[in-house]
Amino acid sequence: MLKISIEKLNGLFKAVAEKQTLYIPADRADGASEYKKYEDGMTLSKNLNTLRSAKDFFFPQTENLADFKVEGKKIEVIDIREEAEDFVVFGVRACDARSFTILDKVFLSEPVDSYYKNRREHGTIVTMACAKPAETCFCGTFGIDPTEPEGDVSCWSDGDSIFFRPNNEKGQKFVDSVSELLEDGDTAKLDETKAQTKEIMAKLPLANLSTEAFGGDTLMEHFKSEKWAELSESCLGCGTCTFVCPTCQCYDIKDFNTGHGIKRFRCWDSCMYSDFTKMAHGNIRNSQLERFRQRFMHKLVYFPSNNNGEFGCVGCGRCLSKCPISMNIVKVMKALEVK
Amino acid sequence: MQEAIISRAKQLLADGTVNRVIGWKRGEFAYDITPAIFESPEEIDADFVYDDFTSANVSKYLVKESRKEGKILAFLKTCDTYSLNQLTKEHRVDRDNIYVVGIPSDGKLDVEKIKAKGITGITGVERNGDILTVKTIYGDETMSVADAMSNKCLSCKSKKHVTYDELIGEDGEVTDTNRFDMVEKLENMTSQERYDFWRNELSKCIRCNACRNVCPACTCENCVFNNPDSGVENKAAADSFEENMFHIIRAFHVAGRCTDCGECSRVCPQNIPLHLLNRKFIKDINSLYGEYQAGADTTSKAPLNNYTFDDCEASIVHERGVE
Repeated sequence: MLKISIEKLNGLFKAVAEKQTLYIPADRADGASEYKKYEDGMTLSKNLNTLRSAKDFFFPQTENLADFKVEGKKIEVIDIREEAEDFVVFGVRACDARSFTILDKVFLSEPVDSYYKNRREHGTIVTMACAKPAETCFCGTFGIDPTEPEGDVSCWSDGDSIFFRPNNEKGQKFVDSVSELLEDGDTAKLDETKAQTKEIMAKLPLANLSTEAFGGDTLMEHFKSEKWAELSESCLGCGTCTFVCPTCQCYDIKDFNTGHGIKRFRCWDSCMYSDFTKMAHGNIRNSQLERFRQRFMHKLVYFPSNNNGEFGCVGCGRCLSKCPISMNIVKVMKALEVK
Repeated sequence: MQEAIISRAKQLLADGTVNRVIGWKRGEFAYDITPAIFESPEEIDADFVYDDFTSANVSKYLVKESRKEGKILAFLKTCDTYSLNQLTKEHRVDRDNIYVVGIPSDGKLDVEKIKAKGITGITGVERNGDILTVKTIYGDETMSVADAMSNKCLSCKSKKHVTYDELIGEDGEVTDTNRFDMVEKLENMTSQERYDFWRNELSKCIRCNACRNVCPACTCENCVFNNPDSGVENKAAADSFEENMFHIIRAFHVAGRCTDCGECSRVCPQNIPLHLLNRKFIKDINSLYGEYQAGADTTSKAPLNNYTFDDCEASIVHERGVE
């Protein structure tokens, strides 16, 4: 397989960044990591994953959709869409890579979301296999193998080198663009690393978490469960879980009056918020119990029901780390699966 | 300590003093504790926990809980009692419906600080004196307790419970605190340095509203930022000005009422040191209106709600603006 020694990785970043914008996970002062635009001297974070997920590249927290110019009674709609520039996201983990499959089902099915599609077409995702999963990881529950990440290009590290495997045309183009930096390498040590990671995966505290009790045909059973009251009782109703989630995809559309016209924008919304899906007649979910239930029913029941059994969670564990009161999808699944 | 708390909780339930208990529920790991209501001794035995990670301040839940039928038992750490007192003062809780047992705390730990050391796969955390042993699936790791201590406990303002019906353990005193050190450091910066510091921090905000929702001083039934008709309702900041002002305005709204419980910074998923904004206001109130600690009592007049001839003149704003 094609590889590059880890010492030379920054040279590869530099070569990629000369041709197009490159984002890599980089460390922040507070110890967390986030995707940053690559600049000379920047190094790849050693953290398992970024605080915010990679969905931001394709579905940013806010974006303008259209402008309106208003003159008297005349309203002119200005299409502000522009072709996105090519970019590369390096170091996406297997969980986040799967999140794109889920987001694609939402944004690329009819009617296609042209804003998302534009970025998706121009972005190349280079994934990186995990070697040291955290206790909060449970991607295996959703059939994801962190040693075989998806993406346009998959990468692995054996501790000395990074190995590259293109998975499609876009990935091949990426590998070709840096081919002179890559050499053919032996994967014996890498195979060992993968086997070790798989052993660790089996030992993780959430290794046995199962989706068996969930899916489209369990709707009424779970919807009517008496356990929601206790599960949701200390929920703060903040949007942390939804905003760090790689698969949450709900948004709100609003008009911003600039004084000379209107900017129509969309921004992430959260089903945890009191005005989520508020309509002319009011709100359909008036209690935090209902809002809380909605989030988990969506991921564990409604989404698989509409998408051939695919669950709306990838087990990245961000909500487990970040919820202010440590309530999360794992605790919900464990409570609901007990009859 | 956990044993003593559990045993007292069961007694107070059994003798009918209370019909519910608010405390903390054990999670999946060593550290993911959830505030919870317990209604039976069985529930308490199964899940009640009080340990190094029970940092959540449960006072705000009492706004809702104290209006329900029957009395609720609340175990409050010293800092939590300041929040409850302030809520009592603002008539946001029915104090008669709450039975407070003051409990000691020797400082809570922040798992994020442990993880920031590169420690992962955590299966257990043991505190022995000043040394913390973190058990992981990759082997044991050790670090100093001080390095894992939560920020709010590193600048603990008081070991004294300001309201309680009974205490477990000995009560302490108001402590000599270092909590204004960072505020002073920020004050001594040039305005550009200070602006850069706050832009770097506030630009990380994702408007999840966790800081507001956890804040015991933020108890409006409907926040202006949730009201689509307010004109400022926004789920994301339109620009950097809004990004800054959301937090600055929120700090203004709780000025003189914020007890410095530190929950805003504890819950921030982006690790923004929001408490520094509140501490700046507390420090200013102390210097401009005389020493004042919100939540220390339930009767005194708050400096910003009360006019005296000694109050600072408005010109202070102009004087301070000149560098």
